[in-house]
Amino acid sequence: MAKKSVTGRSQATGPSAIKLKARDQQTLKKITALADDVATRAIKGKDPVVAIPTRSRSNTLWNKKRGILEMGSARQERQLFNLNQAKQFMQTMLHAGTIKELIDADKTSSLRGVFYKAKHTVAGTKENTFDRQEESDPILEDLEVTLGVLREELHIFAENRGTLVGNLTIIDKGDEINCRRMGSGGYGIPSIVEPEVIQFKKCDADFVLHVEKGTVWNRFNEDRFWEKHNCILTHGGGQPPRGVRRLLQRFNQELRLPIICLLDCDPWGHYIYSVIKQGSISLAFESTRLAIPEAKFLGIRAKDFHACDLSDAVKIDLSENDVKRAKEIAAYPWFEHHRGWQKEIAAMLQNGFKMEVEAMITKDISYVTETYVPQRMKAKDWLE
Amino acid sequence: MSSVAKAPRRPRVTAEVMAGRQRDISVSEFFAKNRHLLGFDNPRKALLTTVKEAVDNALDACEEAGILPDVTVVIEDLQPDRAAGAKSSRYRVTVVDNGPGIVRKQVENIFGRLLYGSKFHRLKMSRGQQGIGISAAGMYGLITTGKPTIIHTRPDTRKPAHHIELAMNTKTNRAEVTVDVETQDFPPARLRDLHAATRRLAKVIEPEGHAALLDERDYPTGTSVSIELEGRYQRGRGSVDEFLELTAIANPHARISFVAPTKISGDDDSDVSYRGQPRLMPESAETAGGNGTFNPVQTLEHDGVTFFPRAVHELPRETQEIQPHPRGVELGTLLQMVKDHQASEGGSLYSFLQDRFCRVSPTTASKLCEAIGATSRTRLSDVDPARVEKLYRELQEVKLPPPPTDCLAPIGVRQMLAGLLKGVRAEFYAASSREPAVYRGRPFQIEAALAYGGELPGDEQARVIRFANRVPLQYQQSACSSFKAVIDTSWKNYNLQQPRGGLPVGPLVIMIHMASVWVPFTSESKEAIADYDEIRKEMKLALMECGRKLGTYLNKRQKMRRESERRDVFERYIGEISRAIESITGREANLIYDALLTQARKHTAIADAELDEDGKVVRKVTAPDDDGIIIIEQPRDDHPELPPVRQTRGEAAALKVAARAKDLESPVLISDSESAEPGKRTKPTKSPRTKASKPASAKAANRPTLDPDRKPASGRSTRKSRTDNAAPATKPRAKLRWVDGKLVRVDDEPGLF
Repeated sequence: MAKKSVTGRSQATGPSAIKLKARDQQTLKKITALADDVATRAIKGKDPVVAIPTRSRSNTLWNKKRGILEMGSARQERQLFNLNQAKQFMQTMLHAGTIKELIDADKTSSLRGVFYKAKHTVAGTKENTFDRQEESDPILEDLEVTLGVLREELHIFAENRGTLVGNLTIIDKGDEINCRRMGSGGYGIPSIVEPEVIQFKKCDADFVLHVEKGTVWNRFNEDRFWEKHNCILTHGGGQPPRGVRRLLQRFNQELRLPIICLLDCDPWGHYIYSVIKQGSISLAFESTRLAIPEAKFLGIRAKDFHACDLSDAVKIDLSENDVKRAKEIAAYPWFEHHRGWQKEIAAMLQNGFKMEVEAMITKDISYVTETYVPQRMKAKDWLE
Repeated sequence: MSSVAKAPRRPRVTAEVMAGRQRDISVSEFFAKNRHLLGFDNPRKALLTTVKEAVDNALDACEEAGILPDVTVVIEDLQPDRAAGAKSSRYRVTVVDNGPGIVRKQVENIFGRLLYGSKFHRLKMSRGQQGIGISAAGMYGLITTGKPTIIHTRPDTRKPAHHIELAMNTKTNRAEVTVDVETQDFPPARLRDLHAATRRLAKVIEPEGHAALLDERDYPTGTSVSIELEGRYQRGRGSVDEFLELTAIANPHARISFVAPTKISGDDDSDVSYRGQPRLMPESAETAGGNGTFNPVQTLEHDGVTFFPRAVHELPRETQEIQPHPRGVELGTLLQMVKDHQASEGGSLYSFLQDRFCRVSPTTASKLCEAIGATSRTRLSDVDPARVEKLYRELQEVKLPPPPTDCLAPIGVRQMLAGLLKGVRAEFYAASSREPAVYRGRPFQIEAALAYGGELPGDEQARVIRFANRVPLQYQQSACSSFKAVIDTSWKNYNLQQPRGGLPVGPLVIMIHMASVWVPFTSESKEAIADYDEIRKEMKLALMECGRKLGTYLNKRQKMRRESERRDVFERYIGEISRAIESITGREANLIYDALLTQARKHTAIADAELDEDGKVVRKVTAPDDDGIIIIEQPRDDHPELPPVRQTRGEAAALKVAARAKDLESPVLISDSESAEPGKRTKPTKSPRTKASKPASAKAANRPTLDPDRKPASGRSTRKSRTDNAAPATKPRAKLRWVDGKLVRVDDEPGLF
């Protein structure tokens, strides 16, 4: 086994020796077609353009039936000979080249790595092809949608964020991982969690509890909540990255586990829930892979201040921005006609303050794990 | 009341006694007392006027004799160690020309008598008019210093020159000669030997093979006038320097050298450069030791000596003397003319009308005779004053063609441009000449020119430089018709700022020239042109013509900047894109690069065309208007790390002038670059187009190269495109270098590359 992997690695060093997977070959074909089209157009004297599906709110459709956000068919032409688009056009071609290199070498790179790979000064000037990673990331997303492939297929991953612990065993790139024995740190959820990389070997859990951030997750893990209640415990470090969302979605789809979210009682928490449930505007093209329409919002609820008899110390005033944001969220088509959510947001605005999950500590250190969540779970007191 | 009563009785003076006191006033005496009328009101102006009169005479004489003028002005400070606060000092002004010289017997008349000259009695365009100038200067000198006027003149190359010293007797209006000898010393060697700087320059050999200063070969004939006077030398507005600078602009065919006094009088350490005054190659003094090259078409300064080189090698058109036009004659004048003609020739009214006036045809003459009840045979002596008056009225009524215009010699569009080019460091030059027009029966012609941008200060009012018959007008600007015309013109239409009722603001020099057989000055000192409607209207029209060209240019420049920025952006990325595509598809990057580059060019060109269609101002430009514009490429500074592709300003200027030169016999400006293919650039280039293509070619050389190996090649192509631009250059440009205090010809220039 070990020997095999060594030879495999040595093969990987010589690019010519690499046998590309069918999926990679597909991706390569698409990239080549894109570049070839630009070249052909140029030589024929036509404007070089790349048609990029629009990733904006206007091109995001709410599929009520499926309960997810979907990307519309609108496309935007990115032209070289347009002052506002020239640089992005160049960046798109540069990244296409970088990705091809990655695939050819069968290696993956982080978003930041790709940014550095393509970053250099434009010949004969002092201008950089990319100045900041913030410029580079959207270009990669453009390429994803333009080529119609996933980021993983471009051999690009994001930084790991999010942790998992729970009653299951998975196989990650051939390594078996017992998620019950992860100590205090938990299993870091990788950026790429596609079935090729991660397979579920054995799962005894009944549900998934997704909490907003690591501190809360630590509380639950320390109290062995997942053991007592036979579940999987995850967090996404705030807005969960794609890897976490995809994994949650796979738990839901493949293992039929309900996804229960414990998030802050503020517009940000509501938004995180909305993204988990319906997908986001910028990644609408991935919604089928990421959105979990069945996800449930357990808390913290606006009513909890009174229901749990919390002290005034937990109140955090809503800022003007929060109020604005809350109203925006209330107007989302999937919340707009949802009486529960309308009431929830209205109650929060009525309160005039927000609450974090940590607020429960004021009652007792383990109040949230021992009382709050179990009670609510039992009562099925959640928002959908 | 009482006080009046008590006043002592004044003694009565009889008419006899009074008659005893009444006597002739000599003209000289009158002007000696009223010298301000002639421009000698203060020491500074006196110095200017002296130089001015001498230079005007010199240029007039040369032109009349058909000689390309070569004039040297030397001002010596005779009290260099005077007190620091002295308001004036004693100077010796010497003006040497290469004119025809003066025959011995005329010297006294010309320099020793007021109101003696060749120009007053005729209607012919010339600088001087009344014949007061130079003798008044001599008189002023005599009054203030007691020193005679010294004249050296050589009318005949084979004979020695005359050395004459004369003082004017103001009582008799006659000159008294104190020295009269023959000498071989012309031009006076003393001037070459004034001080270290002049000695040095007299040894420096110019590209033409002559000494830089007062070479005998440049002055085979000619006249030198020296006048000692009380004066004040100070630079700035209304100075001798400005006068010569402006004279050089309006007389690009003249070569003028100026040796300034070594010590500047009074409180003049404030040698501030003022509005539009080009600091005449101030760097030349410093860089001369380095790579200072001798550029023949630019005003330059060495060792305190300023050279205004010849920029065009053709004399102004020879002007015809004309008879007065009947419309311009007043009744008194008409009566006098009748009387004079009667006395001198007699003859018939019919022939008088035709001989003494222009544009009176035999038919018109008979008609006029009939109208006043005379016949074509009526003797002039039979015409009484009453009938002359009737004739006068008839003359105002009768249909007459306008006066002939061959009596006018405008500077010319190309000459104005050449003049401005050497004197003003701007970026854009435009000039236009109006057709001749008539005021009070006198023909005149207005020309205007503009210089914009470049090194001119941008936040000040425009500088107006005014000329009448090529003579700069330096005082009384606001009284001048031309100044009013500038203010009347709406410069806002041409993309310039203009406060209400003021001069336009911006890096702008406005030149106005009036050529006429008789310029209507507001005073004897000839400082402002009288404000006739006809004149102001013509001026405005000329200014508007120039303004339109400038407006178009500014508009275009703006657009081109935008376009070139666009092109820049595209071209910058094309290299990256083609390489990326090559790495993906394996298609050759160079092919894609070239294809994309062509497209980028096309795109920006298309944008150009679209703007042309849209822009109102652009549409106004009609083809003939394209003439009369010179644009100096401004160095681009956005890619400082790239090899310099710029032409020096001088090179560019020479090229542009060359491009416009149509029929020069021996164009020095052009000879460097033009000699090989004279036909190639004679067609006036459409400057905006030329310009448009230029940054492009420079850009092409600058474009990011695809692989590092090509970089040196691009460097070469840069150079090549430069020489291509410099057109058929067969003969290398003569370069001079300052070595050990000498200008030495260098054949090979250790270049920038």
